[in-house]
Amino acid sequence: MFTPWPRGVNREMNAKPEILGNITIEFRDVEYHVHGTSRDAILSHIRLKILRGETVVLLGRSGSGKTTLLKLINGLLRATSGSVYVNGRPVDESDPIQLRRGIGYVIQEGGLFPHYSVTENVALVPRLQGWEDSRIVARVEELMKLVGLDPYEYAQRKPRELSGGQRQRVGVARALAADPPILLMDEPFGALDPVTRAELQREFAELARRLAKTIVFVTHDLREALRLGTRIILLCEGKIVADAKPEEFLQVEHPEVQAFASSFEVGEAQP
Amino acid sequence: MSVWEFFASHQREILEATGVHLFLVTMAMTIAILIGVPLGMILVKRKSLRAIALGVASILQTIPSLALFGFLIPLPFLGGIGTRTAVIALVLYALLPILRNTVVGLTSLDPAVLEAAEAMGMTEAQILWRVRLPLGLSVILAGIRTATVITIGVATIAAAIGAGGLGSFIFRGVAMVSDAVILAGAIPAALLALAADAALGLIERKLKVV
Repeated sequence: MFTPWPRGVNREMNAKPEILGNITIEFRDVEYHVHGTSRDAILSHIRLKILRGETVVLLGRSGSGKTTLLKLINGLLRATSGSVYVNGRPVDESDPIQLRRGIGYVIQEGGLFPHYSVTENVALVPRLQGWEDSRIVARVEELMKLVGLDPYEYAQRKPRELSGGQRQRVGVARALAADPPILLMDEPFGALDPVTRAELQREFAELARRLAKTIVFVTHDLREALRLGTRIILLCEGKIVADAKPEEFLQVEHPEVQAFASSFEVGEAQP
Repeated sequence: MSVWEFFASHQREILEATGVHLFLVTMAMTIAILIGVPLGMILVKRKSLRAIALGVASILQTIPSLALFGFLIPLPFLGGIGTRTAVIALVLYALLPILRNTVVGLTSLDPAVLEAAEAMGMTEAQILWRVRLPLGLSVILAGIRTATVITIGVATIAAAIGAGGLGSFIFRGVAMVSDAVILAGAIPAALLALAADAALGLIERKLKVV
């Protein structure tokens, strides 16, 4: 339960050894209904503690509630009942603007601003935070290198002049720009071709290890979950049905886990 | 008298009328834009109000233009004979396309972009000014373009309430049963409309982002 990340990565952990201080995100009996009726429950009885530095993958079919769960963390959606805590504060009582500026967010196709250049997209949050220009310029260059884009070649391009994989890289750079401690990713690599996807997954896994951020990653792809997660949470019809380390996940005895496992064997060879 | 002879002999008069016409259109469009675009911006986050505002603007549009000019004449402050009444009527006509396109331009963006903007911690105002407005500008301009062409046409009727413009030739021509005189008003009005349409279309394409 306590060593999901490599030793020595998280320096602050050693400074604050108590477990409570390491819970970054917590769901306490969270329910989410569309029209406030329990018949339309999207999420029910969600209890979940996400520790600092974990890469938690939320796995599930379409409609299992994984994206909803993700959006409850940065307040894009509000829980019908129960509470979500981020860094010990209930999301409902936090200023959503300040909360979100401390949480990176990456979605499919990047959700980049089409009227902004790569630089302007990446610089967005630092600019909102009022950073000085020189610091923003340096940060953008650093981030572009971090996600594998040559700043000289791509800085002034518009999103439409990039490939899908490049747009996704910019999306990751933008989310990381103000160095948020938490990163939320909603099927970020879902729209990419298999080769580019595998390439980005590999690089991202490496990046995640180096950055030591708390990452919550939504996917319906078991292979991706096994590659990237330090912990996999399986959602089925709005409930958490499995919560395991990747190496133990396939042994979990739940029909939904087995359904995912069998589709994995039939559909694709082992990575 | 042929059309060309009339044009040649009334050059100055036609030019003056064109000037008055342009003045009416420019005034009306400026006011309509100053009302329509900010109103559309306010309506982005107010769905119920949006339906009411668009409904009122649509009803205004359905009133026959000649009748609208007529209705305005007896009104205190707004009404009377002349330029002011004409401009007000033209504003009411231009409002719908501008308002509708502003609302559509600001609300029908890629939902992923809006979600990203919200998730980045942008405030409503920042999203409006930095995302919705630049991305919706070409749609807003398309509305302004439609409104301009309509206004140039409807402004010919302003002559009926004594505001002058190219419509004065048309009314005079109808009364005199003279095609030449009608055309002296109609041709410059049509040319104005075409020119405005082309010029605004050019700007619109330049502003288009995706």
